[in-house]
Amino acid sequence: MSADTPGNGQTPVLELKDLSKSFGGLHAVRGVTFRIMPGDRKAIIGPNGAGKTTLFNLITGIFPASSGQVLLFGKDVTGWQSHRRTALGMARTFQITSLFPRLTVLDNVLLAIKGLRSSKFVMWRFLSSYRDVYDKAHQLLEQAAFTDRANTEVRYLSHGEQRQLEIVLGLASDPKILLLDEPAAGLSSGESVEMTEFLMRLDPKLAILLIEHDMDVVFDLAHTISVLHFGEVLETGKPEQIKNSQKVQEIYLGTG
Amino acid sequence: MRSHTLKILMVIVALAAIAVVVPNTNSFVILLVTRALAFSILVMSLDILLGYTGLASLGQAAYLGVGAYATAIFATKYHFGLGWDFWLVLLMGILLGAALAAVFGLLAIRASGVYFLMITLALGQCVWGLAYRWNSLTGGDNGINLRERPKFGGLDLANEMTFFFLVFGVFVVSLLLMYTLVRSPFGRSLAGIRERELRMQILGYNTWLHKYIAFIIAGGFGGLSGVLWAHTAGIVSPENVVLTTSVDALLMAVLGGAGTLVGGVIGAFIVFGLREFLSTLVPWWQYVLGVVYVATILYLPTGLMGIPERLRQKRAQPDKHGEATGAATLHPAEKRS
Repeated sequence: MSADTPGNGQTPVLELKDLSKSFGGLHAVRGVTFRIMPGDRKAIIGPNGAGKTTLFNLITGIFPASSGQVLLFGKDVTGWQSHRRTALGMARTFQITSLFPRLTVLDNVLLAIKGLRSSKFVMWRFLSSYRDVYDKAHQLLEQAAFTDRANTEVRYLSHGEQRQLEIVLGLASDPKILLLDEPAAGLSSGESVEMTEFLMRLDPKLAILLIEHDMDVVFDLAHTISVLHFGEVLETGKPEQIKNSQKVQEIYLGTG
Repeated sequence: MRSHTLKILMVIVALAAIAVVVPNTNSFVILLVTRALAFSILVMSLDILLGYTGLASLGQAAYLGVGAYATAIFATKYHFGLGWDFWLVLLMGILLGAALAAVFGLLAIRASGVYFLMITLALGQCVWGLAYRWNSLTGGDNGINLRERPKFGGLDLANEMTFFFLVFGVFVVSLLLMYTLVRSPFGRSLAGIRERELRMQILGYNTWLHKYIAFIIAGGFGGLSGVLWAHTAGIVSPENVVLTTSVDALLMAVLGGAGTLVGGVIGAFIVFGLREFLSTLVPWWQYVLGVVYVATILYLPTGLMGIPERLRQKRAQPDKHGEATGAATLHPAEKRS
């Protein structure tokens, strides 16, 4: 993203500066630098083991970075814990579905909404007495066509529904940047088209950083694509550019 | 939703039944129920950790011990807490339990799973060691005998009926408070932590803090239970803080059904009941309890409170979840024959 100039007066939602992570001798992420502006849709692709999920874990604070910086809305959050980063306006989903399996769909969403409200510490009042939170939850569920399953325990949902709920949970905190870790993982082609349409309907001001193996999803959704290979950004560009890049085809798309 | 209202109604009826029936029985039963109620508060406090937060603590007796020893020491050494000041001691028991949990929590909450269990066990044993060795304060192995119960206003708690109603009242208030807690936003956040802690962090929860607060609250209720226990039993000894007591509390919660609050109370009543009746019948009564525990964990992992739900699922299985259970539902006739 060397073409990016900070001259347009906007603060990047997310900026990585020379971010690296090693596990012992393994350099999982090496010197990654990029910047995401409000409303950007960026995808990170790369073969398995390229360090994509590790990069997400560094951005969200699940792992501490070995070196480099993570800036959220211009603030250096490199040493921060996850929950504080979320409070700034970041949300993520997980490649391996991470919902609350024995709670209902509604409860899952309620927890997600409460996460950034100080009333999460209230212990003398029933959660069910918070009308505004319930209204918001129902609105989110309606948006994702989940209303009829609001009282189903999440473990009884199909895989596709769980993947979609992952994203609903991510959206519940009204984030300004959403990190999607393979939203279409394990979906049938029909389901992944639905997923893409759902994602394309989201607020255009929301910045999205996406990891995905399904190239149809990536090319439909992303404005820019970065290719990660052995922890390094190999190439960054518009979808067309990446599609036609010789290097990328060799390592990732296959030469056929 | 409907079944939920029904459950609440059943609890209210059961409580009313206890309040009406127990006073009309003999003093043996009254004492037994009083003991079970006092101990139930500890079991419920543990259930907040075990059932709602997913933290299996093996040192919960420590908080009961702190409350109980404080009550006994104040009463015997300073003659404090035997009048109206009993309520001060009650408050102090809660605060001491919470304070101890605040210290222990700093050490324990960082760990999870079996490591959390080991740390709480070790910390609990430290309290036991103090109780056992600090002769001048705790009376060592002999413990402390409380010679009298508080008297205030027109109430003399030496009267077992009066005392029963006091314990019953404190129990009901504790149940209400803890029920509100688990249904509150904070309580629901604990359930989220139990289900998937990492997700909770990503959703913006400082999960460490939530667990720490839950641990302190559980300690407070443990201390409260200890104050009542001291006056119920009339003696406080290292036996109250020994590992077995913690294990008892844990097993009662599991037997009744973790994550239900009242399940722990049912568990406590069953264990106290079995213990009293069986120990008069056979010398090997502890084996019976052991079998009950093992059978619960093997065949009823959701405890006694989980039975209605399991029955409902069994009934619904052939038509609704048929595909999940394979042969059993495909050939119900064969199974039966």
